[in-house]
Amino acid sequence: MSTLTVENLTLAFGGVKALDDVSFSVAPNETFAIIGPNGAGKSTLFNAISRFYRPQAGRITYGDHDLLKLRADQIVHVGIARTFQNIELFEKATVLDNLLVGRHARTPSNWAREFFFTGAVRRNELDARRKVEEVLDLLDLQHLRDARVADLAYGARKNVELARAVCAEPDMLLLDEPASGLNPEEVSDMAFWLQDIRAELGITILMVEHNMGLVGRTADRVLALASGKVLAEGSLAEVQAHPEVQTAYLGEAA
Amino acid sequence: MHTMFKTRYEQDINFLTDPGKRIRVALAFVGAMALPLFVTDYFLSELAIFLCYAIAGIGLMVLLGFTGQVSFGHVAFLGIGAYAHAALLTRGVPFVIALPLAGLISGLFGAALARAVSKMHGFYFAVATLAFAIVMESVFGAAEFVTGGHMGLEVPELALFGFALIMGWQVYYLYLAILIFIIWGVANLMRAPAGRSMIAVRDSETSARSLGINIARVKVLSFFVSAAITGVAGGLMAHQLFYLSPETFNLLESLKLMLMVVVGGLGTIAGALMGAVFVSFLPNMIDGLRMILPPFLAEQSGLETFLFGGIIALFIMFEPDGLYGRWRKIRLFFETYPYYRRATFVRQKRYLKTERFR
Repeated sequence: MSTLTVENLTLAFGGVKALDDVSFSVAPNETFAIIGPNGAGKSTLFNAISRFYRPQAGRITYGDHDLLKLRADQIVHVGIARTFQNIELFEKATVLDNLLVGRHARTPSNWAREFFFTGAVRRNELDARRKVEEVLDLLDLQHLRDARVADLAYGARKNVELARAVCAEPDMLLLDEPASGLNPEEVSDMAFWLQDIRAELGITILMVEHNMGLVGRTADRVLALASGKVLAEGSLAEVQAHPEVQTAYLGEAA
Repeated sequence: MHTMFKTRYEQDINFLTDPGKRIRVALAFVGAMALPLFVTDYFLSELAIFLCYAIAGIGLMVLLGFTGQVSFGHVAFLGIGAYAHAALLTRGVPFVIALPLAGLISGLFGAALARAVSKMHGFYFAVATLAFAIVMESVFGAAEFVTGGHMGLEVPELALFGFALIMGWQVYYLYLAILIFIIWGVANLMRAPAGRSMIAVRDSETSARSLGINIARVKVLSFFVSAAITGVAGGLMAHQLFYLSPETFNLLESLKLMLMVVVGGLGTIAGALMGAVFVSFLPNMIDGLRMILPPFLAEQSGLETFLFGGIIALFIMFEPDGLYGRWRKIRLFFETYPYYRRATFVRQKRYLKTERFR
């Protein structure tokens, strides 16, 4: 269990500062939400942490790891898994296969041995399958196990993507808008699962979310971002009461 | 329609747990084993070339069908394999060592090429492999001390542990055994993490990276496997060509390999085999076509190339799943009769995808 610390992070696309001197930290087993209007830099922040973007200045550390020294594919190996706002599943594959790919970081891979499918490869496959079944149980996906992702409804896909990230056995989950596009019932299921994941697996959750109902039910602390700058940090009520946050969402009083 | 009741995880891991599939594969195997009893020697040598194409097709399928990297230059690996195999045999290396070595050499060339172009995507990647094939054709001509240059290189006769294999059926069974071994190996890769990481790179590089898959490594490894298998096919083909010259490995052969995997059906091993059947017997069909066409068309020199390209285009437009996809649809039609719906295979609308990390 480690603390994620973001210090003075600055990231610009040409002349646009998407992130401007952003600092915060997320404690172990905490649920931390980032809110803000469109274009505030929330997803950019996520992409900087998961190393899809390279920030111009600042530091991101996770425990003893300096994340800025790692490649995107090494992030999950230090224990941080993520989901995407627009869902990035392997559509032609079944749910089961998608989750097995999620096990990649936890399964040793040696192509020469796999060509001959030795006993060790078979044992690893069975181990991976057992772990995947645990996650299917946890997130109530057993009935979709053999369904192709392309045939699933949007809400189910969101859930599968969450399950795939959990399969990597992370210490920390980065969820990019887990409730976007879900109906109210699905949102309340999502809130329930997020609480479950945190309570049963002890996973720290950092999420970007617009749905204040979900944020209110799950998050311990909230960070408000607008135009790349941190406006406020605290409980949801404190942040919502903050005058600058209200201005950012609703504009100035006429 | 038969649905299997699964009680153990092994049923999802082992091959051929489905009884219907088991019967189909057994029939195909028995048919392949019995074939030499019924055909002429000339047809057996045609079959040997077909087996070489089938192996090469599986090689290209690993790269194009599973990892999703387009290579127009696979003929170069066919050539590297053929020359390496022939050159090793000429220097007295026995067949059982020369063939795997030829595959290894070809694989290393493939890995080196992949290392060089691993940062490229799509179109640029394809053009780089095309350039590689053109360069290699010149290299085959210039590296006279190994390849004999444009004078050509005679391929020593096929001998296994000192016994010369001169009969058509001997060669056929040897090639068939190698093909089955390679199918088994590739199918093994595909049910292991290696196969899943290839498909992950093909379908979404973004999520592959976020799940800890090193994209460059997967591309290099799958290029290695693909080039090595194609190299083995080249080594086997050398024995059927008897005499190697650089012009043998021209771009039309690359197009043929491409045609094979596209027509057969991308992303399946069975597709590569069906495509190989199609491509091996296409020249015969084209010859037949020449007879009925008016002379000014039949004698056009580009007829073959034109038809190859045309067939690829038509398949991409009307049956992207290839012959294997068509076969699956026909099977499902009968299995579920009268409940078959065309919509089962209609491609669904895609949700918005994140493309900006490329």
